[in-house]
Amino acid sequence: MCLAIPALVAEVLEHDMAVVDVGGVRKTISLALVDGVAVGDYVIVHVGYALNRLDPEEAAKTLALFAEISAALDASSQ
Amino acid sequence: MKYIDEFRDGALARKLAADIAREVQPERHYGLMEFCGGHTHAVYRYGVQNLLPANVNLIHGPGCPVCVLPIGRLDYAVQLARTPGVILCTYGDMLRVPGSGGMSLLKAKAGGADIRMIYSSADALKIAQNYPDREVVFFAIGFETTTPPTAVAILQAEALGLKNFSVISNHVLTPAAISAIMSSGEARVDGVIGPAHVSTVIGSQPYEPFATQYHLPVVIAGFEPLDVMQAILMLVRQLNTGRAEVENEFTRAVSREGNLKAQRLVAEVFEVREEFEWRGLGVVPHSGLAIRSRFAAFDAEKRFRLTYRQVADNPACECSAIIRGVKKPLDCKLFGGVCTPENPIGSCMVSSEGACAAYYSYGRYKEDVV
Ligand code: SF4
Repeated sequence: MCLAIPALVAEVLEHDMAVVDVGGVRKTISLALVDGVAVGDYVIVHVGYALNRLDPEEAAKTLALFAEISAALDASSQ
Repeated sequence: MKYIDEFRDGALARKLAADIAREVQPERHYGLMEFCGGHTHAVYRYGVQNLLPANVNLIHGPGCPVCVLPIGRLDYAVQLARTPGVILCTYGDMLRVPGSGGMSLLKAKAGGADIRMIYSSADALKIAQNYPDREVVFFAIGFETTTPPTAVAILQAEALGLKNFSVISNHVLTPAAISAIMSSGEARVDGVIGPAHVSTVIGSQPYEPFATQYHLPVVIAGFEPLDVMQAILMLVRQLNTGRAEVENEFTRAVSREGNLKAQRLVAEVFEVREEFEWRGLGVVPHSGLAIRSRFAAFDAEKRFRLTYRQVADNPACECSAIIRGVKKPLDCKLFGGVCTPENPIGSCMVSSEGACAAYYSYGRYKEDVV
């Protein structure tokens, strides 16, 4: 029930609603809990509501950190 | 899928595992509680425990809303569902949880009660609009992630002037449950993997007292396996250096303040109860939310004058101890034989976030790591 996944906002509708795309599956959700969502944003959807926007820069930073770990380990295992 | 696949990279997970293995101190024991059922699910699904050194032990916490709902509250739902004229709406996981005398909502439905499984609180509102001559009751459960949607539904019902919609609030608070676990001291918790989506709403700030009061390291983690592994590494590092801080691995969705709009809506509709009963944890002070008296018309507990009755759990079921972090699913004699997801005896075998159900679904494939 709590398993929520990042969804791409494909369309912003009236009354605080939006259409999101999750791996090709489209779903209408509510934006009542987050302000200023635009098409192209990623949001975390839970029980039909966007809980928050995903920050692409922070996601990139976390991935860069993983890449560093990977590089460091490659270097140390050689 | 973007923001999913790249956080599930198996090769990277094994590298993170190697890093953890290098950094753990062999003489030390690391008891790390993943508080949230979403993490429990991820831990079993990707076999995270099997990637860890033997002295890093993951303890499953009470963060599965279906699991922690006591039987007395479930009996409310059954009682209401059987009241003539009522349509009871609830999230799907609730339907199979056994209540008093083995009665569940699913059985009540088979017996003729009008029970609708909904995906979202908005669905319950729609049903209320479609059936103006019926009483539509939303049996709402969940932590801080599902509470804002319930608040929105109540505010919308008020705006729409709906007279036939009400809610039973079983909403509970994460920090109160962590407090209950820590102050009981029963489970050996050295660090906490903080919830992902709950934290998107409440932020990282509410965990700060745990770091200072209990000298407990907390790392908020996303739900993907690399997130969990990285959080474990961060916890190991904190423990090795004697630090106790709130760190945030899930910065792509969690800030210190959280979602202020959602918090504001919740505060408008709900107030903290003096106490609330949990399965496993017992009565926990200031751990649940009730609907404010301004919205009393939408409060099913008041509208139907429900009175709460405590009901003891099935004595053979170890859910209580599992929720408290002192036992694991395999410690239960009923696991997998008498109790299965098709025929659950306890609540931990119902939802995919429940420790027993997650272990049952993925446990047998645990060799297939990530
Ligand atoms: S296996 Fe079933 S009976 Fe045993 S603790 Fe889990 S839910 Fe309860």
